[in-house]
Amino acid sequence: MLEAQNICFRYRAKSPVLDSVDLAVHPGEIIGLTGPSGAGKSTLGRILAGHYQPASGRILVDGIFHPPGFNPVQYLHQSPVFAVDPRWTIGRIISEAWQPDETLRQAFGVSPAWFDRYPHEISGGELQRVALLRAFAPQTRYLIADEISAQLDPLTQAQIWSVLLKQAESRRLGVLVISHDMPLLRRVAQRIVTI
Amino acid sequence: MTLLSFNDVDLSFSRYDGLLTAREIPILKRISFSLKCGEVVALIGASGGGKSLIAHALFGILPPNALIRGDIRFDGQRVDDGSRPSLLGRRMALVPQSISHLDPLARCFQQLRWAARRAGLRVNDAALVAMLTHFGLDARAAQAFPHQLSGGMARRMLMAIATVGNPDLIVADEPTSGLDDDNAAIVLSKLKSMADAGKGVLLITHSLATALAYADSVCLVRQGRVEGVERAEAFEGCGQGLSSDYARALWHALPQNGFRVTGDA
Repeated sequence: MLEAQNICFRYRAKSPVLDSVDLAVHPGEIIGLTGPSGAGKSTLGRILAGHYQPASGRILVDGIFHPPGFNPVQYLHQSPVFAVDPRWTIGRIISEAWQPDETLRQAFGVSPAWFDRYPHEISGGELQRVALLRAFAPQTRYLIADEISAQLDPLTQAQIWSVLLKQAESRRLGVLVISHDMPLLRRVAQRIVTI
Repeated sequence: MTLLSFNDVDLSFSRYDGLLTAREIPILKRISFSLKCGEVVALIGASGGGKSLIAHALFGILPPNALIRGDIRFDGQRVDDGSRPSLLGRRMALVPQSISHLDPLARCFQQLRWAARRAGLRVNDAALVAMLTHFGLDARAAQAFPHQLSGGMARRMLMAIATVGNPDLIVADEPTSGLDDDNAAIVLSKLKSMADAGKGVLLITHSLATALAYADSVCLVRQGRVEGVERAEAFEGCGQGLSSDYARALWHALPQNGFRVTGDA
């Protein structure tokens, strides 16, 4: 179980973004997280993924603190271009995490023709598929999907979610879906939390 | 009256294949659509499909290795390097996709002044302030540097700068990306009200739901081709009023409809 316990967070001296927040994601569970912009949805997602340290409170991943090495809580960014090294080729970006098999590569619609290109040489939708494929390494237990399809057209969105949900189910991953798109959350999430 | 038309416009990039031979890579193929005064036309399609390049071709801001063929007409006049100087910022204006198009080193008001000057206007500061007020931007926003504005304010600033020359055609490239619903609605209503005032608006977006709420017609672009032009009101029910399969597939893929993947995405 991925747990946020009594999380508080503030940016510099400003008023707290998160104040005593608790949240738990069980393996195999898909939870929607919504709320107005500025409510701290992405901040909570990044704290859960261990990218930010909370001011107080703690994050437990299957009962322990964030372990060193491969992060079992993978954070998927709204703009995948911020989640990759612009000087690395797509092939290197994926293989940093793992060597995906053919079936999964095809399921996510990642073309081997992109492997020797750089992130700016493929489109945003294509790069999001690359980021997803990278995040589905075998050691991944939880996914934080932060508005991952907000910039995609409806067909690509439906396609990416169908693969993601199928894979998450077969591996019993816990997924936190952050979005302001209520129709989308009602489709993909088992329950929806508002902050 | 037809304000803008693309007639069989092809675009390709030439890329070096080895040292000496250049190869032409086709990107846009036979793009045709038109837009009338008082109308909002949405260009819809997957990312990487070439929507932004259509705008860049119109405004002549393609990279130097781009080759363009075909006929683009604005108000009956052919748009090319000869006619663009009298059109850009004066009769047609682009609201760029990224707010990084604002100059990070100049205060916003200065950038608005520059835009007015480029459009050949002699306007006083009071008129410019009034214009900013119209976009919901106050004196503090005017005196701010771009990084001091929120995403929504920066987007409205870009629109103010684009429309200061009172153009007849506004091309907005993904004007709501990065904005929450409230700010997106403000920006889109603004564009819609410009069309209601007789301007032409070309709205480039990947979001079908957004486009349908504001556009009169929707031009579907996929893999560099126009897959069909549909009336916005044809997107209803099970899509029986739609003429292209691609439009139907997009409609059924929306989470509020079937969330189904049909055809090849």
